[in-house]
Amino acid sequence: MSATATHPGTVPGPAKDQTVAHKLGRRRGRTNLIIQVLCVLATAIGLLLLASILFTLLWRGVGGISLNVFTRMTLPPGSNGGLLNAIIGSIIQTMVGALIGTPIGLMVGTYLAEYSAGSMIGNAVRFVSDVLLSAPSILIGLFIYELAVQPFGGFSGIAGCLALAVIVIPIVVRTTEDMLRLIPVALREAAFALGTPKWKVIVLICYRGARDGIVTGILLSIARVAGETAPLLFTSLGNLNWSLSLAAPMASLPVTIYQYAGSAFDDWVQLAWVGALLITVGVLAINVAARFMLRGGR
Amino acid sequence: MHIGDAVFAGLARFSGGFVLVLLGAIIVVLFYGGFAAFVQFGPLFLVTASWDPVKEVFGAAVPVYGTIVTSILALLFAVPVSFGIAFYLTELAPVWARRPIGTAIELLAAVPSIIYGMWGFFVIVPVMAQYIQPPVIDALDGIPVLEDLFAGPPFGTGILTASLILAVMIIPFIAATMRDVFETVPPVFKESAYGVGCTTWEVMRSIVIPYTRVSVVGGIMLGLGRALGETMAVTFVIGNTNRITTSLFGPGNTIASIVALEFPESHAGSLKLSSLLALGFILFVISFIVLAISRVLLRPRLKA
Repeated sequence: MSATATHPGTVPGPAKDQTVAHKLGRRRGRTNLIIQVLCVLATAIGLLLLASILFTLLWRGVGGISLNVFTRMTLPPGSNGGLLNAIIGSIIQTMVGALIGTPIGLMVGTYLAEYSAGSMIGNAVRFVSDVLLSAPSILIGLFIYELAVQPFGGFSGIAGCLALAVIVIPIVVRTTEDMLRLIPVALREAAFALGTPKWKVIVLICYRGARDGIVTGILLSIARVAGETAPLLFTSLGNLNWSLSLAAPMASLPVTIYQYAGSAFDDWVQLAWVGALLITVGVLAINVAARFMLRGGR
Repeated sequence: MHIGDAVFAGLARFSGGFVLVLLGAIIVVLFYGGFAAFVQFGPLFLVTASWDPVKEVFGAAVPVYGTIVTSILALLFAVPVSFGIAFYLTELAPVWARRPIGTAIELLAAVPSIIYGMWGFFVIVPVMAQYIQPPVIDALDGIPVLEDLFAGPPFGTGILTASLILAVMIIPFIAATMRDVFETVPPVFKESAYGVGCTTWEVMRSIVIPYTRVSVVGGIMLGLGRALGETMAVTFVIGNTNRITTSLFGPGNTIASIVALEFPESHAGSLKLSSLLALGFILFVISFIVLAISRVLLRPRLKA
């Protein structure tokens, strides 16, 4: 046990004097107890924070839920508006973003797991993808603004989708690679022995075996981008009118919440809470579902 | 070679290359966008503490200072709590409780940033303004240094509040990473220590922490990287002031919050927009370095 041997002072040997030994034992026990209590406290703090957030959302949000929220558009304060265009806009942008990002992420994950074994470029791709996973999302927004908004002279729904797609990619890459690596080599070799070409082995055997894990990754990426606000501020901007065009500015739930929550109108703030409740319940539900799926698949 | 194989392999390799190009493009585009500001202000951009749209003088000192101070403070709050949670989940909690509690902590990471902003603004800010800040300001009045550090009108918003919200947001990331690396310690090491009579804490301090030290630092860096670029939550509670205040209760700005707040008032092609993009470039470089360090420290342990 080298780890203890390197710290001779931390675990004192038996003392000759019994009273000293008792005192020492009590002190060690006390230290242990204090630290354990602190750890329980820390965990309690963590759980309380989650409870506090959920409770606040329910308390402020549930009262404002009505049919109007889902059937009426965002309207000026005092005219009993809803969130319909924001909800639809969010769904469109999240789905299109995921549709663009998922195939790319899937192929990158496939490349890392199946084609890059030990290569420099493979390691670089893995490294960059890991860093992009935690890169500030507001900078992705600025990037797409410079790339797809400024050159084309206006904010657009498709720019929002692109920003979300960039965020989706690294999440899908991570889970896809991890899941493909869980597929036993023997399974691949069995298929190769039958003369199956490599791409068919990957698509028909590896993807099928890793399906639950890959779908979990896609679900998690959808949950993540559904709540993203910062990258949409500079890309799809938000739109108070009804618009399904990807070429025009498009409303989204998070941006609408941001605008409404900071406003001075009570009914707007109320709608912001309703939107916040909807989005949190949706995001957490997807997360829990994804977890169950992964557990069932293992 | 099979034609399908060639196509599929080509697609996979192309996608891998795309990720590298993406990173390069983000860096180049942000730098290009901020180029006008870099040319106009030169290296002084980094140390100029002015943000004056009227005189067209912009500097990065205030938001860079705000970003670093809020992130470091957030780490100070988050690391002990995260360690406690990870310790509890790996050594103390009954086995049946580990999964549900771990999942609950991980769900904290899934809550969207804007929700933290609203929660902070409507729940934490009033508590700070009524119950925390006034007694602290009174109690420290007259004590040198501390008096200045906790001075000012108790608005509830400000640098300390932003740090607290940031801490809540990064706790799940640090705690989950610490838990995962603690679990990589071979049980036989811990059992030997228990066998010679160590208490749980002594096993933690003498076996688990020395064994996982490098990865624990990696997890903390991951939290730091997250905190540096956090936008919406900070935007709600930071107070949005473009000068450096010595008081932790005072308002400020971070790079991310100033970009989110000032962007709507910037015209395309203006020097102000260029300065915001330059700030974005600086933030990207800082968080890239932090996240890269985190990954280098974490990878060997979590991959094994």
